Amino acid sequence: MKYNKESYKKVIDEYTPKNKIVKNCFMAFIFGGAICTLGEIIKNIFVSGFDVPKDDAGVMASVVLVGLSALLTGFGVYDDLGKIAGAGTIVPITGFANSVVSPALEYKKEGLVLGTAANIFKLAGPVLVYGYLSAFIVGLLSLIFK
Amino acid sequence: MKKIGKQTYNIKDDVVIRDTFTVVGTKEGEGPLKNNFDLIVDDLWGEDSWEKSERKFQKTAIETLLNKNRLQKDDIDLLISGDLLNQIVSSSFAARDIGLPYIGIYGACSTMALSMGVGSLLIDGGFASNVICATSSHFCSAEKQYRLPLEMGGQRPMSSQWTVTGSGAVWLSNTGKGPKIKNVTFGKILDLGVTDANNMGAAMAPAAHDTLKQNMLDTKIDYDLIVTGDLGIVGKSIVNRMFHDENMSIEKKYDDCGTIIFDIEKQDVHAGGSGCGCSAVVFGSFLYKKLLNKEIKKLLFTSTGALHSPTVSLQGDSIPGIAHCIGIEG
Repeated sequence: MKYNKESYKKVIDEYTPKNKIVKNCFMAFIFGGAICTLGEIIKNIFVSGFDVPKDDAGVMASVVLVGLSALLTGFGVYDDLGKIAGAGTIVPITGFANSVVSPALEYKKEGLVLGTAANIFKLAGPVLVYGYLSAFIVGLLSLIFK
Repeated sequence: MKKIGKQTYNIKDDVVIRDTFTVVGTKEGEGPLKNNFDLIVDDLWGEDSWEKSERKFQKTAIETLLNKNRLQKDDIDLLISGDLLNQIVSSSFAARDIGLPYIGIYGACSTMALSMGVGSLLIDGGFASNVICATSSHFCSAEKQYRLPLEMGGQRPMSSQWTVTGSGAVWLSNTGKGPKIKNVTFGKILDLGVTDANNMGAAMAPAAHDTLKQNMLDTKIDYDLIVTGDLGIVGKSIVNRMFHDENMSIEKKYDDCGTIIFDIEKQDVHAGGSGCGCSAVVFGSFLYKKLLNKEIKKLLFTSTGALHSPTVSLQGDSIPGIAHCIGIEG
């Protein structure tokens, strides 16, 4: 074998098809933007149609988006969207909902406790852990330097 | 001594591939080989989990192979099978229901050639007269164990491969007519430090090149067709490059099951098919028919395995590759 780890890496790079970054970025922008626009529309409907205060309407819009995403994940549509949209469907709050619902469905057969419940945060867990940790640190810093 | 050269076992007595049976899922059944498979079913096949479905694929492949040849349990000495799931559950549960003496093997996607190799040696050694070799893989159960939940919305890298849903079973016998296994080369594990679980073809290519080359050096046979198991477009190109570098170019007579089983562009499988089932169902259908029709006289059939474990990968380990070759004459 004339290759070592370093020279083989170069061979791999030569033959590995590149991901379509420009197309992926464009689709992510379109889909991510569309989801955020939808969120704004829902928020405005709550504000102007139901007289909900603006801050509450924002939270309620998020809840609706999360619900929609969970529903689409359950119907097996969200992963098809994600294949086209990439980061566009992962980054918004709908992506977070998808990352919770998809393992919940996947591990349904192992039971509600040791399957669904034990695995539901398999993907979202790291986001929660480090989200809480950074919130804690920021909170601590603001308490000290206030 | 039946060993020739460095690594190859010469099969002197008859080891005949008497018959095969293949069953595949929907996507494979829509691919270019759709008319070659014996049975095409939907991926869940009436079961309530992917694991149970995979087990049914393998059990059906073996049982139908026995039934269509009117074989009784007593006619078969041994069942050798394996799959990709932890504790090779698909194989052991299929074997439980079938009730034959059973050797469970694990060689990741190299399992088909591995089981046929072990079976051939046992027959040639006089320890068995009739052996069934089988493997299976299932896209959904493999994704669940090795990657991400199915409904998770994301993009697969272009180098990633699509695990074949299917099972193939092969009946080897020391009597009868059919293509004969002439030699077996068990490969060495090669690891050039690939850590990307989405580029299995690159992880397996060095092992495939090594075993193929060793078989050709040991046997000095000029094969009509050389086939690897599931290197996909990336691994196949690398194998061609490696032989080309050594002035042994095999490009004109070399192909890969992972690139044969799917229409890579139309079926959106990125770098091609993979999984134990890939080489099993391509061999059991397409290649076996070509051997029977004498379209191929000398075939070097190779299954390639990426011995990947998600646990040790997370600990920073690389993905070792392995390949086993079977030399067949039609």
